[in-house]
Amino acid sequence: MSQSMASRRQRYWDLRAAGNFIGGGTGAGLIITAALAAAMGAPFRLALAIGLGFVAAGLSLVWLEIGKPWRALNVFFHPRTSWMTREGIVAGGLVPLGLFAVATGSTAAAIVVALLAAGFLFCQARILRAARGIPAWRQAEIVPLILATGLAEGSGVYLIAGAHTLRWLALALLAGLLREAAWLAYRAGLAGTEAAARSLAVFDAAPARLARGAQLAGLGLIALALATGALGVTPWGVAVLAWVGGALAALAGWGVKALLIVRAAFTRAAAIPMVPTRGGGGSRARQASRP
Amino acid sequence: MTRYVMVADLRRCVGCQTCTAACKEGNATPPGVQWRRVLDLETGTYPDVNRVFVPVGCQHCANPPCMEVCPSTATGQRADGIVTIDYDLCIGCSYCIMACPYDARSLVDRTEYAFGEAATAAEAARADRRTIGVATKCTFCAGRIDAGTARGLVPGQDPEATPLCVNSCISGALSFGDIEDPTGPIASLLAENQWFRMHESEGTEPGFYYIWDKGKL
Repeated sequence: MSQSMASRRQRYWDLRAAGNFIGGGTGAGLIITAALAAAMGAPFRLALAIGLGFVAAGLSLVWLEIGKPWRALNVFFHPRTSWMTREGIVAGGLVPLGLFAVATGSTAAAIVVALLAAGFLFCQARILRAARGIPAWRQAEIVPLILATGLAEGSGVYLIAGAHTLRWLALALLAGLLREAAWLAYRAGLAGTEAAARSLAVFDAAPARLARGAQLAGLGLIALALATGALGVTPWGVAVLAWVGGALAALAGWGVKALLIVRAAFTRAAAIPMVPTRGGGGSRARQASRP
Repeated sequence: MTRYVMVADLRRCVGCQTCTAACKEGNATPPGVQWRRVLDLETGTYPDVNRVFVPVGCQHCANPPCMEVCPSTATGQRADGIVTIDYDLCIGCSYCIMACPYDARSLVDRTEYAFGEAATAAEAARADRRTIGVATKCTFCAGRIDAGTARGLVPGQDPEATPLCVNSCISGALSFGDIEDPTGPIASLLAENQWFRMHESEGTEPGFYYIWDKGKL
């Protein structure tokens, strides 16, 4: 019997876990966008409610994944070091206060909820960053990537919800550009990490290329909608471009996250810096690790 | 202070997997779950190649990343350095599995048997339902250590107080004991041989040492 040293794809977090990062990212991004709308005096309650729905859906999915769902409250036991506990605590404030803001229409409450949503998204990013067994998540650039992706998804969904004015198009474009920059930085970081070679191969394969294509196409459509809107021509054209661009921005983010959590998450391979000296052979130092 | 560690002499290990079998038999782990594994590694490039057998499992780190991320505090650490899991607290989120750089943890969602749908007599007698849906890993046979030390036995020297994998090792590749005991065999082994620890750069301070040559570091 022989056991390989190669890294293997983690098999414990599936699409339900990915759903938590998808729902949490999109929901947090949408809540932040809705709070900006509230601060500018625009309607925000529907977007805020939808954002909370995304967050709740994500948390429900992860609840379905854990091995002992009826012990779920134990998740709150370790705030000192666990980002998962911190995520749970922030969610515990986010959801009820969010419902209060939706019910009352309070701008102040909406802004506080947005701050909590930003904290929630940050916790999700740090959950991945703290996973030392998965080099693709351990990468420092994962934090800005998760933050920017959440903002891009949320502002994209806000466009779908019918907000096609220039300011929301500009916000979605900015978030998309931030995500693009974060993605490039993340890829560059991975390329410099030998242990992440198999993850890079996943990101070079067809599904990831499709998600990336959707991301760039969405970005282009949002830019086109912004330009068309600025020129003041074909309002219906702006609406269509914004809707499709927003949908692509969200779908691309979901696809990349699903790949990141489920397909590109490989464990660290065993690594031995020295091989044993046996028989008459001399000692040799040799890097024996390989992805 | 006591800190129990394991030492694997890579010059001695022949990859027989007896330790794997002893662990599986002793801890009644389910199909597909092995707390003690022996990796069969190929290194180098033809014709200058090596084959190395590397026992792996929970490294009982001094700074365990699994404990840091555990949201329920189910993962803990004893005063003697052994990293533990409280099966009654664990929620089965698998986050500790993602945090372990040594791929040492497992989780099974349902009871499975080695030979189909029905449990063998041994499986029926030894099934521990508490381990379904929660993370599990090598315990350094903490129960044996505790029972042995309560009787005045010395872990690593008296078989009844020593992990099963160490007892079963046919080549004497595995050793166990208190690294803080300056006169103990572990201190001597590490002083007289060159060793490394895996993924040292992670700062986990693993309690698993790999000897690769004689002489001081």
